[in-house]
Amino acid sequence: MSPSNSTLLSVTGLHKAFGENQVLKGIDFSVHSGEVVALIGPSGSGKTTALRCLNGLEIADAGTVGFNGGPQVDFDPKTKPKSAQILRDRSAMVFQGHHLFPHLTVLQNVTIGPLEVQKRARAQVLAEAHKLLDRVGLGAKADAYPNSLSGGQQQRVGIVRALMQQPDLLLFDEPTSALDPELVGEVLSVIKELAQEGWSMVLVTHELAFARDVADTVVFMDGGVVVETGPAAQVLSAPTNPRTQAFVQRLLHPF
Amino acid sequence: MDSNWQLFIDSLWPLAKGAITASIPLALISFALGLVIALLMALMRISKNPALSGIARVYISIVRGTPLLVQLFVIFYGMPTLGITIDPWPSAIIAFSLNIGAYAAEIIRAAILSVPTGQWEAGYTLGMSRTRSLFRLILPQATRVAIPPLSNSFISLVKDTSLASTILVTEMFRKAQEITASTYEFMVLYCEAAAIYWVICLALSALQNSVEGRLEKYVTK
Repeated sequence: MSPSNSTLLSVTGLHKAFGENQVLKGIDFSVHSGEVVALIGPSGSGKTTALRCLNGLEIADAGTVGFNGGPQVDFDPKTKPKSAQILRDRSAMVFQGHHLFPHLTVLQNVTIGPLEVQKRARAQVLAEAHKLLDRVGLGAKADAYPNSLSGGQQQRVGIVRALMQQPDLLLFDEPTSALDPELVGEVLSVIKELAQEGWSMVLVTHELAFARDVADTVVFMDGGVVVETGPAAQVLSAPTNPRTQAFVQRLLHPF
Repeated sequence: MDSNWQLFIDSLWPLAKGAITASIPLALISFALGLVIALLMALMRISKNPALSGIARVYISIVRGTPLLVQLFVIFYGMPTLGITIDPWPSAIIAFSLNIGAYAAEIIRAAILSVPTGQWEAGYTLGMSRTRSLFRLILPQATRVAIPPLSNSFISLVKDTSLASTILVTEMFRKAQEITASTYEFMVLYCEAAAIYWVICLALSALQNSVEGRLEKYVTK
């Protein structure tokens, strides 16, 4: 499904420093409805920090993050940047290290948000959870505890937990970086299916082949700024910026 | 020897009664109240508010830095000088819970900090508040970490209740002293009291092991 023309999320002028270290120096990008945006770049380029700002996990020092139809968050410290947590009403996060709750079963993990925070009807939430778990091939694991699952299964539960929030935008923070290589495929194929279904997503990834396959747009970041933005095929196959060229070359030919 | 055995057997029920009606309830009540204080102090200690964490620091420092026996005496024998007279039982409960509050505060603080930050963040992204994340996600996981050291504290407390004998609480050890007052059989009675404390602590250790085992699946790996 190709992205529509309506903008879902706009990010402008995002700045963030940790102490002396200026990690984001003015990030701008936008996500259209149904669009898959891949944030790529070297370690320390600020892509994970940028992603975390979209979910209010980091409070940026300046800049705005706005969803079409609200909420709009202005990170100007004079306004109340803590209100950034209202961004969570529209987006859901899949973490690199899955961060499933070990004391809850798989089913409880994916339903705790909808039941206890969103206060949605129990029967409906349970039905939806079972349907989604079935979909990612984990229907039989609903009553298992996360520690008894493989890394790939845990991350698929993490994805279902995010989907259960019924977000408009899915955020993935290097969803396969902590996985054994043979488990990467099962997670990527779930993400790819979601992309094809028309989910809007922002994906921080090191998997360039996957980004080229799934992303509509690639945002290449380096040193806290966006160096190059464009259609995935173009940025990854024929980058115009020398820094992007060097990065892509290095990942394609690591030795 | 026979008369010693007879005394041992005759004293068993009075001592056990002292344990059941005083030592154990005293320990349980003080521990429960102490845990509430400890959780509060642990949260204050973690808090970014310097006043709150300062208060918690001072409290923990004073209570850990002074002997329990002295604390009991200050509360029971000292406070009446200020016009505040507290009965033996409440005095003991106050002293013991304040004591547990300080020691367990550090245990709970460490246990909370041992839960990975990602667990808090996962809660936040689901829209949970800090308080809900704490009670629903963090404390259940911290409990598993805290159980071995908290069991230590509880076992110590069970034995420390014998100090309440000095402020006129008729717990097990005071019962033993009362019996020796008429029989002069110190060795028999004190060893018998020691044996009963030991049996109680053995039972507590077994309980600790079973609880630990049951919570094993909650550990983040």
